[in-house]
Amino acid sequence: MADDKQNAAAYWQANVRLITWSLVVWALVSYGFAILLRPMLAGIPVGGTDLGFWFAQQGSILTFIAIIFHYAWRLNKLDKEFGVEE
Amino acid sequence: MSQFAINLIFVGASFALYIGIAIWARAGSTKEFYVAGGGVNPITNGMATAADWMSAASFISMAGLIAAGGYANSTFLMGWTGGYVLLAMLLAPYLRKFGKFTVPDFIGDRFYSRGARLTAVICLIIMSVTYVIGQMTGAGVAFSRFLEVSSAAGIWIAAAIVFLYAVFGGMKGITYTQVAQYVVLIVAYTIPAVFISLQITGNPIPPLGLFGTHVESGMPLLEKLDEVVRELGFRDYTADVDNKLNMVLFTLSLMIGTAGLPHVIIRFFTVPKVADARWSAGWTLIFIALLYLTAPAVASMARLNLVNTIYPEGPTADALAYADRPEWVKTWEQTGLIRWEDKNNDGRIQMYNDANAAFAPTAQARGWNGNELTVNNDILVLANPEIANLPPWVIGLIAAGGIAAALSTAAGLLLAISSAISHDLIKNIINPNISEKNEMMAARISMAGAILLATYLGLNPPGFAAQVVALAFGIAAASLFPALMMGIFSKRVNDKGAIAGMLAGLISTLVYIFTYLGWFFIPGTNMLANTPDNWLFGVSPLSFGAIGAIINFAVAYAVSLATEEPPQEIQDLVESVRTPKGAGAALDH
Repeated sequence: MADDKQNAAAYWQANVRLITWSLVVWALVSYGFAILLRPMLAGIPVGGTDLGFWFAQQGSILTFIAIIFHYAWRLNKLDKEFGVEE
Repeated sequence: MSQFAINLIFVGASFALYIGIAIWARAGSTKEFYVAGGGVNPITNGMATAADWMSAASFISMAGLIAAGGYANSTFLMGWTGGYVLLAMLLAPYLRKFGKFTVPDFIGDRFYSRGARLTAVICLIIMSVTYVIGQMTGAGVAFSRFLEVSSAAGIWIAAAIVFLYAVFGGMKGITYTQVAQYVVLIVAYTIPAVFISLQITGNPIPPLGLFGTHVESGMPLLEKLDEVVRELGFRDYTADVDNKLNMVLFTLSLMIGTAGLPHVIIRFFTVPKVADARWSAGWTLIFIALLYLTAPAVASMARLNLVNTIYPEGPTADALAYADRPEWVKTWEQTGLIRWEDKNNDGRIQMYNDANAAFAPTAQARGWNGNELTVNNDILVLANPEIANLPPWVIGLIAAGGIAAALSTAAGLLLAISSAISHDLIKNIINPNISEKNEMMAARISMAGAILLATYLGLNPPGFAAQVVALAFGIAAASLFPALMMGIFSKRVNDKGAIAGMLAGLISTLVYIFTYLGWFFIPGTNMLANTPDNWLFGVSPLSFGAIGAIINFAVAYAVSLATEEPPQEIQDLVESVRTPKGAGAALDH
């Protein structure tokens, strides 16, 4: 029982760490590159405009998809490692 | 064949399909009615969720908003997609593990309080009812424009169709109809976009065309667009915004609002396993992205097309003579969504930014006396095939697509409303001994009642219809999302904290919105004018949901820490939703 509890706590900790890193990337591409850091990226041209504009209208959405699939893949592996899968 | 006959065939065929699915997928139990039996494949669920989520606003209005605002309105693109990242990691899998039928179910059980459940039900109903009004009016517009019936008749037809498959099929009927509606709406959105992208940039893939070359001038498309709008006194299409704080908060509000919308969350209760809920969120976003990556391309190309139509020789030469206006301008003039007023009596259509003081001397030198053309943003997508001279069947397709987008979202919202009433109010608060058969009956009656209410509000839209979507997102962000997230990620937040937090978030958001938009949206009762100089720290009422969420989190923690810990069985419940092991299909109590 104690082992079970420890195992569940370790699994949750690993999950929260994965979520935290995923949210860092999520915030970086949208609030970072597409909005706040756009002036700093203005020097990088992309098809008639700059990299910040690309992130605002395409890059952020593509990154969001990658984040979700990466998270699902990693966490499904963690489920098995910790033996908590269905 | 006339355009009317073609439209009728496309819309009629799509309706026949929806009704056929409704007959095939009738719900026989409460489990089928609320969560489609819990056996929906994650990819199928992703497609249905995408249709559920993409409303008349996404299909009809979004490209128009981006065309008008350029870079500044990228907020909608990021805000309405980024929420799925939150949903996939912070809410959907755990709520699926919890395994009940509704969102108030979780809040009521986790915070062991009828008051919390009731607060959640009230928030859910306010949001969903306000949201559904927009869908009914959107369907009405599409009907009246394409099927030449009055808008009121259009709304009745829409209500009858939704009634057929939502009341009999419940979540099961809605899910499979939404899959069909997704296919109709994405095909309808993509085909005209591909043609237009080919015409303007030579690239058949619109998202690549957006960053491609404008064939006529050889310049990059966005550079060309910046140039022509600048010559008419508008801001550059790609221009940066000054008020970054507001842009960040607006995006954040839309993201957490999206993640907190109950009609989207309950879609993840229909998949067989917890892991499926994670994958399904990813598939949902892929299906949404197919439209959301096309929309900004449609926006920029349609804006350029519009300027080229009005200034065939370029924006520095003479404008189009009113007598020579193309056919599509005439059709849309009849709806009142395009208006022309010859302010300088030269018989030509001048379109420019007359609010720009720096541009005024140029306009005066050219003999212009104010902007003469008003174009409603909403017609952009619907008129697109006509502007680009596409064949009549493409127009029929757009009509079916716009109606599919409105109906699929309306059905999802109506299900969220009816399950909150029959399951949360009647079964869990008023009469816990109700039999399954009677609960099904109650669910169907409340669904029918919700449709009637939505129809009534669609026919008599309150004057504030345009502002209510902002209200729905503000409430979702400030009330439901933080409560759900704290219920999973904190064992310490208790009943008193959650209720205090939800009320603080809800009330602060409502007060901020009403201060600028009028109490209960009654015109003239606002205490401050809704202009950027009056906004607190430059935060617009639309962006306040994110602040409301922060208030909710802070109050909930403070009150919880000052009061007792939640009981042991609740802490065990939180432990159990955190691991997938031991989840069954969605269960009744």
